Amino acid sequence: MAKTQAVSFQLNGKKIETAVEPRELLIHTLRERLLHTGPHIGCETSHCGACTVDVDGMSLKSCTVLSVQCEGADMLTVEGLEQGGVLHAIQQAFHEEHGLQCGFCTPGMMTRTYRLLKENPNPSEQDIRYGIAGNLCRCTGYQNIVKAVQSAARKLAATATA
Amino acid sequence: MITVPFDYHAPRSVPEALKLLTTFGDDAKLLAGGHSLLPMMKLRFAQPAHLIDLGKITDLRGITQVGNEIRIGAMTTEYDLLNSRLLADKVPLLVEGAGLIADPQVRYKGTIGGDISHGDPGNDHPALMLALDASFVLQGPKGERVVKADGYFLGMYATLLEPGEILTQIRVPVPAAGSGYAYQKLKRKTGDFATAATAVMLQMKGNTVAKVSIALTNVGATPLKASAAEAALVGKPISEASLNEATRLAMSICDPAPDQRGDADYKRAMCGEMTRRALQKAFERAAKA
Repeated sequence: MAKTQAVSFQLNGKKIETAVEPRELLIHTLRERLLHTGPHIGCETSHCGACTVDVDGMSLKSCTVLSVQCEGADMLTVEGLEQGGVLHAIQQAFHEEHGLQCGFCTPGMMTRTYRLLKENPNPSEQDIRYGIAGNLCRCTGYQNIVKAVQSAARKLAATATA
Repeated sequence: MITVPFDYHAPRSVPEALKLLTTFGDDAKLLAGGHSLLPMMKLRFAQPAHLIDLGKITDLRGITQVGNEIRIGAMTTEYDLLNSRLLADKVPLLVEGAGLIADPQVRYKGTIGGDISHGDPGNDHPALMLALDASFVLQGPKGERVVKADGYFLGMYATLLEPGEILTQIRVPVPAAGSGYAYQKLKRKTGDFATAATAVMLQMKGNTVAKVSIALTNVGATPLKASAAEAALVGKPISEASLNEATRLAMSICDPAPDQRGDADYKRAMCGEMTRRALQKAFERAAKA
C-alpha cells in the first residue's frame, strides 16, 4: 500500500478531511473518493476543460492538479452552484439558452463561467470567447454557450441591483 | 494516466526548498505551476521520487519595481502577469505574451519561472526574455548568481540552471519610454505551442531605428536571438526593403523540427511572417519623436 498523506479543504462550503496518495489527481479525489461526479474527465491532458473546478478564486483543470497541492483550499464544483433547490443564475441561463447539447462539457463550462463573471461581470462577446477558450465543446459550436454566459451576466447584474 | 508514486514536499521558504533539493539530489524535481511537469509525469517521461512544490513559498510571487528594473518572482503566474498594472505600464510586451500563452485555466497556474526553467523551445517566455534583455536570479546551496537570459538556454530542456539551484527571480530592465513592442504568435488553436512566434522591442530615433531586439520562439532547440536581422535594421528607416531583409535574416537562423504543426520550410516561412508582423506592430507602437 502506497503512502498516503492527509489533506483538508473546503468543498462547496463543506469541510473535507481525507487522505490521498501524493500522486492522486484532484479530479480522481473529487470523483472517486468524494463522489462529486460533476467535474468530468474528458481528455485528462489539460486540454478540454471538462474537469474545471474553482479553487481559491481560480478556474483550474483538476486533471492537472495534485490533491495534496490543495491543502487548505476553498473549492467549488458544479454541485455547489445550486443553493437550496434553486438553480444558480448560470445554470438557469444555460437551461434557457440551451447552452448545451450532449452536456458533457457543461459542468466545466459553468464553473468557468462562474469565475469569468466574478472577474468581469459585464463581458463583451470577445471577452467571453477568450475567457472560455480553455473549455472545449464538440456539439454546440459555442453560439448558445456564449448566449448563455451573456444571459447569466444579465441575470446576475439584475440580482445585484435588486 | 497516473504518475509513478513519489513523496510530496511543500517547503515554506527558499532555504527550506534548497535543503530538500540538496538532500534528494537527482531524485527530486521542482514543481511550479505543474502544467508542463505533471503532464510529463503522467506520461512517465519524468519519474521523480520526490516532488518539491514551490507553490507555498509566498516570497517567490509578485511583481515590483526596484530602480529601473522590474523584478518578478519566479512563481508569479501568467494570470498575474496578464493583470499587472505595473507591467501594462512598464513592460507591456510581457502582458501581450502572457495573454497568448495556453488558456485561462492554465494561466492561473502556469508560472513565468516554470516556463523559463523548463527549457522547452515551444515555451514563450524564453524569447520574450531575450527580447527584453532580462536576467535571472539563481539560488543554490552556495548562494545566488545572476545570469543573462542571452546564454541561459543551452538546448532542448537544458539551461544554465544547475542541479541544486532554483530560479527565484526574473529581472527586466524597464524599456526606454516610447519603445515599440510586439509578440506575434501563430498557433493552430488556443493552448497549442507556437508554430512560430517572434518578440520585438524597438526604439526609433526620428525616422530611423535606434535599437531593436528580435527573438524567435520554437524554430530551434532554444529560443533564438536574431542578431543579424537586428544589425540590418539599426540606423535605417522601417521600409518594405528593410523588413524584407530582416525577415530573410531571421529565417536564415531557423532550424525548426518538423512535426504535426508543419515541415521545416513551412515553419521557417511562418517565422519570417511573424517577424515581419511583429516589426510592423512594434513600429506602429513606437514613439516617432
